[in-house]
Amino acid sequence: MILHYKRAIQDILDHKFLNAVTIITIAISILIVSAFALFFVNTSDIISSWQKDIRIMAYLRPDIPRADIGALKFKIQDFDAVKNVKFISKEEGLQMLKDQMKRQPSLFVDLKENPLPDAFEIRMIPTSQIQEKIEGLTTSLEALPEINDVEYAHKWLARFTNIFNLFKLTGFALGGLFSVAAVFIVANTIRLVLYTRREEVEIMRLVGAADSFIKAPFYIEGIIQGALGGTIGLAALFVTFLIVSSNVQQSFAPDLFTVRFLSIKVYGALIFCSTCVGWLGCYLSLKHFLKP
Amino acid sequence: MIDTQSKNSIIQIFHVYKKYGGKNALTDVTLDIPKNDSLLISGPSGAGKTTLLKLLYLDEKVSAGQILVDGMNLARISSKRIPFLRRKLGIIFQDYKLIPTKTVFDNVAIVLEAMGKQRRLIQKKVRSVLRTVGMEERIDSFPPILSGGEQQRVAVARAVVGDPIIILADEPTGSLDSDSANIIIELLKKFHTRGTTLVIATHDKELLNKIGGRIVHLKQGCVQPSA
Ligand SMILES: Nc1ncnc2c1ncn2[C@@H]1O[C@H](COP(=O)(O)OP(=O)(O)O)[C@@H](O)[C@H]1O
Ligand SMILES: [Mg+2]
Repeated sequence: MILHYKRAIQDILDHKFLNAVTIITIAISILIVSAFALFFVNTSDIISSWQKDIRIMAYLRPDIPRADIGALKFKIQDFDAVKNVKFISKEEGLQMLKDQMKRQPSLFVDLKENPLPDAFEIRMIPTSQIQEKIEGLTTSLEALPEINDVEYAHKWLARFTNIFNLFKLTGFALGGLFSVAAVFIVANTIRLVLYTRREEVEIMRLVGAADSFIKAPFYIEGIIQGALGGTIGLAALFVTFLIVSSNVQQSFAPDLFTVRFLSIKVYGALIFCSTCVGWLGCYLSLKHFLKP
Repeated sequence: MIDTQSKNSIIQIFHVYKKYGGKNALTDVTLDIPKNDSLLISGPSGAGKTTLLKLLYLDEKVSAGQILVDGMNLARISSKRIPFLRRKLGIIFQDYKLIPTKTVFDNVAIVLEAMGKQRRLIQKKVRSVLRTVGMEERIDSFPPILSGGEQQRVAVARAVVGDPIIILADEPTGSLDSDSANIIIELLKKFHTRGTTLVIATHDKELLNKIGGRIVHLKQGCVQPSA
């Protein structure tokens, strides 16, 4: 085993430029994939923090008698994903508004009639706060004849989520494309090394070396390229991250969320992927090699 | 069909033909080589000597006929098993086939490495074999700076380091001066007396006389009746 490592490292040293190009290509692929991953990790953090406490307001038509309120409340309570429903009469509503706007009491002085409608304040079960459920609930509410209007603070969130998903798809596609390119570049590098070693390989076969013995160093070389490329790519991302995050965090809503780096799990998965890229490239170039 | 194998044979060649393109390089060759024999295949250049050896280590496949080497039927052997066949053989190639980018030590050690032998054993064994062929001092040299005779001695060392049961030698003294040739001849004799079967292809009359053993004449791919 040590022997194979030695030969692999010798091969890498003998073909420094070729290996450098290969490793850099893998590093760039991993950098792109991981940059997207980092973006998604943090964006979904923000999105979920926004979604954490969604309050839906359902405003009643002015002609609904107070006697019907109880029944209506029970009806809403039964809707899917509803945690609790609170009735806010228009008097309470006005009082709340006045409390919120203590500094401008003059606004309410001329108010002769309460302009607010009666309303229900609906909170959702936390685990159900996904876009489809929120939309489903608001649609059901709007369908009730007693309800005049439904409002929730994050209507635009839906659109944002769509854009986010599109971005995610682009990220995956781009990452996939680069990974495939990296596989072929590794395959090509191994092929070239193999070509310069063909005489040696032929002699080894003639003196009784098994194919697995001949191939092992090439696999190690591919795996080293992959792992090294992955590590360099992630290190580059980490440095970029440190520089960018300190700026972003300060200038952009510091208390709303904290920017974080990839978890160890994701980190490990990416290194694993880049190692697989190296292995696969090697496998491809060795597949048709050494056929008697 | 193959007759029942005679107990003493280590190589049996039955009605073997080898065609390159449309041309016969070997025609109906039948040979029985007993264990511990020393067989010399003589014949002019182009007679098919190298081809015959290549068939024995499966660098080429027969066009017709059968070959048994130490009980292995070469026609039926899977490609996975070919390395095991070659480890039974110590091959000395006409053009040495040393790896120019590896030291003398590494060139010889590769046989044992491929067998998966322990590092320490490899160190010991390679040194001892190189001492036998008188190349211990050039252990860290690279083949291209060695003379032809020295390269051939390294090739002999590589052929015998794995303790093969058969040595196949293709023109082992071919391009050597007579002093170097004598060293190689002595070495081959030494391994023969230790119990290794020798199969030597040569057109060198002097070698035929010096090394001794059964001689088979090949001419245009046919075995000539012994005179
Ligand atoms: N790979 C090959 N392709 C075509 N013809 C070959 C090949 N190898 C050998 N031959 C032919 O087979 C014949 C025998 O060659 P060879 O076995 O090398 O003879 P020898 O070793 O006795 O000099 C020659 O005519 C040679 O030209
Ligand atoms: Mg020849």
